[in-house]
Amino acid sequence: MKITLKVWRQKDQNDEGRFVEYTADHVSPDMSFLEMLDVVNIGLVKKGETPVAFDHDCREGICGSCGMMINGRAHGPGRGIATCQLHMRSFRDGDTIVIEPWRSNAFPVLKDLMVDRTSFDRIMQAGGYTSAKTGGVPDGNAILIPKPVADEAFDAAACIGCGACVAACPNSSAMLFVSAKVSQLALLPQGQAERTARVQRMIAQMDEEKFGSCSNTYACEAECPKQISVTHIARLNREFVASQF
Amino acid sequence: MTLDSKIPGGPIDKKWSEHKFHMKLVNPANRRKYKVIVVGTGLAGSAVAASLGELGYNVLAFSYHESPRRAHSIAAQGGINAPKNYSNDGDSVHRLFYDTLKGGDYRAREANVYRLAEVSGSIIDQCVAQGVPFARDYAGYLDNRSFGGAQVARTFYARGQTGQQLLLGAYSALVRQMDQGSVKFHERREMLDLVVVDGKARGIIARNLLNGKLESYSADAVVLATGGYGNVFYLSTNAKASNATAVWRAHKRGAFFGNPCFTQIHPTCIPVTGDHQSKLTLMSESLRNDGRVWVPKKKGDARPAKDIPENERDYYLERLYPSFGNLVPRDVASRRAKEMCDNGYGVGSSKMAVYLDFADAIKRLGRDKIFEKYGNLLDMYKQITGEDPYQVPMRIYPAVHYTMGGLWVDYNLMSTVPGLFVLGEANFSDHGANRLGASALMQGLADGYFIAPYTVSDYLASTSFTPAPADGPAFKEAENTVTASINKLLGIDGTKTVDEFHREFGKVMWDHVGMARNKEGLKKALELLPKIRAEFWKGVKITGNAHEINTELEKAQRVADFMELGELMALDALQREESCGGHFREEFQTEEGEAKRNDRKFAYVAAWEYAGAGKKPVLHKEELKFEYVKPSQRSYK
Ligand SMILES: Cc1cc2nc3c(=O)[nH]c(=O)nc-3n(C[C@H](O)[C@H](O)[C@H](O)COP(=O)(O)OP(=O)(O)OC[C@H]3O[C@@H](n4cnc5c(N)ncnc54)[C@H](O)[C@@H]3O)c2cc1C
Ligand code: SF4
Ligand code: FES
Repeated sequence: MKITLKVWRQKDQNDEGRFVEYTADHVSPDMSFLEMLDVVNIGLVKKGETPVAFDHDCREGICGSCGMMINGRAHGPGRGIATCQLHMRSFRDGDTIVIEPWRSNAFPVLKDLMVDRTSFDRIMQAGGYTSAKTGGVPDGNAILIPKPVADEAFDAAACIGCGACVAACPNSSAMLFVSAKVSQLALLPQGQAERTARVQRMIAQMDEEKFGSCSNTYACEAECPKQISVTHIARLNREFVASQF
Repeated sequence: MTLDSKIPGGPIDKKWSEHKFHMKLVNPANRRKYKVIVVGTGLAGSAVAASLGELGYNVLAFSYHESPRRAHSIAAQGGINAPKNYSNDGDSVHRLFYDTLKGGDYRAREANVYRLAEVSGSIIDQCVAQGVPFARDYAGYLDNRSFGGAQVARTFYARGQTGQQLLLGAYSALVRQMDQGSVKFHERREMLDLVVVDGKARGIIARNLLNGKLESYSADAVVLATGGYGNVFYLSTNAKASNATAVWRAHKRGAFFGNPCFTQIHPTCIPVTGDHQSKLTLMSESLRNDGRVWVPKKKGDARPAKDIPENERDYYLERLYPSFGNLVPRDVASRRAKEMCDNGYGVGSSKMAVYLDFADAIKRLGRDKIFEKYGNLLDMYKQITGEDPYQVPMRIYPAVHYTMGGLWVDYNLMSTVPGLFVLGEANFSDHGANRLGASALMQGLADGYFIAPYTVSDYLASTSFTPAPADGPAFKEAENTVTASINKLLGIDGTKTVDEFHREFGKVMWDHVGMARNKEGLKKALELLPKIRAEFWKGVKITGNAHEINTELEKAQRVADFMELGELMALDALQREESCGGHFREEFQTEEGEAKRNDRKFAYVAAWEYAGAGKKPVLHKEELKFEYVKPSQRSYK
């Protein structure tokens, strides 16, 4: 396959950035999207140019490092996958693909397709945990958690912190991400003690990081690689309201 | 220098508690005055940084990732072991100890392995308290599954994403300490040198990956939890950035390297599809609980799997190992798969694959149950191959997965450089010559939560420190060394990319230092590898400069270190004239083709000392003594 790429190139945080066109020849449908970019990058280096910078690591959809807007969609076409799980068989010979970084005030572009998502860590730091110290905890089976509850908590906990929800949202809201953690810990007995403070602090931090507000477009759920459900946002809202009383 | 493993005296089940009792303590009010550097925030690093922070030490944590949650540990799928005996099937600390030592083919230290088994139960409790959503039954109790090399169900899991959930648990403990100010996390910093002052580890040089600046950090102790070096082979199941630079540079500063040749090849990975392949994807060993491995009985049988009748299939693991069947340890399963393919029974277009079939399990348990247990793995397979494993059997082939070797540490997890501790996959550790499934997560967390916090405290309490400011001469010297090597790399301006060199080097490693090794091949590798290394230093092309985000430069430094480490691996494999666990020397096998150990000559840990550039490294031996388990020929029949 032969593919035309329009890739966002931006030297650093201060650079304005622009699209640059590249051609990818000999693309095999078995290649992953990132492998296609690897091949393009080898070509660029050989020509003495700087390769396209993008974050990636596990390449199996779990570390949350990768993430780009591909033809206007966070993580590209396909449901329930991260960019690294996208394969070239999803495209056709002769296609043009537009590749951009996540766009959000809370995720400044560092270089090309790489963005700074440490705002997510700061939200987690604002109470996204239980205060269990090493040692001095009860036996695992002393806390009984029926399967349906454990399963629902797991569904929320599956979030990989990639930021696609923010990138997909017209308001750059981080509600799906925040709700996943709040919901996981609100569902579990271990999370009860700090429930009120947690939701208040995490929401406050989210606002401080300049994420937008949620207007229920559900674009986040549609593009989330882990298909985190917006029902968690509903739970987050309930938790937040309840925490005010 | 003689190696002192510092194994405490007394009976094996009392060693750790006695040892803890005799340790020196730091008064809580004084802890804040001690600085500890933790490099790496995967499972082991996050756990130790959080635990030391809770104790009140001043912790500086570093990772080349943007967030601790991105570490390679996140990708672990199958589970974590603990001898809770919740299944009432006869498990105990002693049995886990025995299974681990035997699984490692008697090339690990008894005392360490026992301690690992002893503390592992607390890990589950700790993780539950953090909110890790382990699998539960309807009554709310924790659920277990079984893993290779064990006949009891002692593996705890969170669907196929156990590593993710455990790491997010450790990450939550870490951010809590960041919130409280006891840990300062330095993201996107790559440690490029260890700083030794008066013979003690006192700091690191780290490169800020965002602007290329070299930064010096000083401390009273340094903990490395920087993961394994499977990527030396280029293709492996490790995350793309996983590398050996931190341990290798510490090695060059005096830390001995233990058993570098002990590599684990995982039997169930998705086969290679083409030259563009950038990494390999693991299909968790847990799949062997319900999936059956087979090949056609007829050589070169090209029929699709569904057209091959039952009586023309060879379920070779069940045939050869009736009591463990599909759950034999990884090294055994991998070698048998390779042998089947080498002998012409392979399947798929490349013929370098065997089937892993769920048809029977789906019949027995129903599709829903299989989906619930393995859904995300089977989806992942479908995503990558375009084939539906609910309809056609999966094709799998072995791939490099884990490195048992690593920096040599004593019972306190301290390397041969005083004050340098090494945790998790980065140390040579407790898995001997082969690691059992679900035991790496266990070891990383045991080291991080329950062992190093004690032993690091003991070291701090019993050592007197002179000031070692970050602008002192040792720091300057280290910084100059790093700068020189970066400038040298950037100045080459050759014609081949880093990846091309890495691929070429990795191929030689896989062909000659991979799943099966022999004297001739290893000697050949020792000829080829230095040649590729020399070409690399003459012909690599890196664009961009040292003062910006430069991913090619990052890779180049890592690959340069892999190239030196790879040679040491070949040297180590050559000297070990026996087969044990994952180290299979074709010259040394039993009549049935199993690994044949030579306990009389090789019951030791090979600990290599760096002797300087271009000099032959020096081999030191730590004899292994077995008092509680008598080494026998491993049998899984
Ligand atoms: C696909 C896969 C599945 C697995 N499944 C299982 C399983 O089911 N059960 C099991 O027990 N084990 C499993 N393992 C093995 C297990 O995941 C690893 O051995 C373990 O997670 C390693 O943890 P770690 O903390 O030692 O290192 P890692 O998680 O690799 O973390 C290394 C850390 O060090 C940092 N780092 C490295 N070098 C530097 C440097 N120079 N400067 C700064 N930072 C640095 C990295 O940024 C990272 O934070 C699996 C492995 C793979 C590949
Ligand atoms: S909620 Fe989904 S899209 Fe958002 S960070 Fe988590 S995994 Fe990514
Ligand atoms: S690279 Fe890890 S999720 Fe894509």
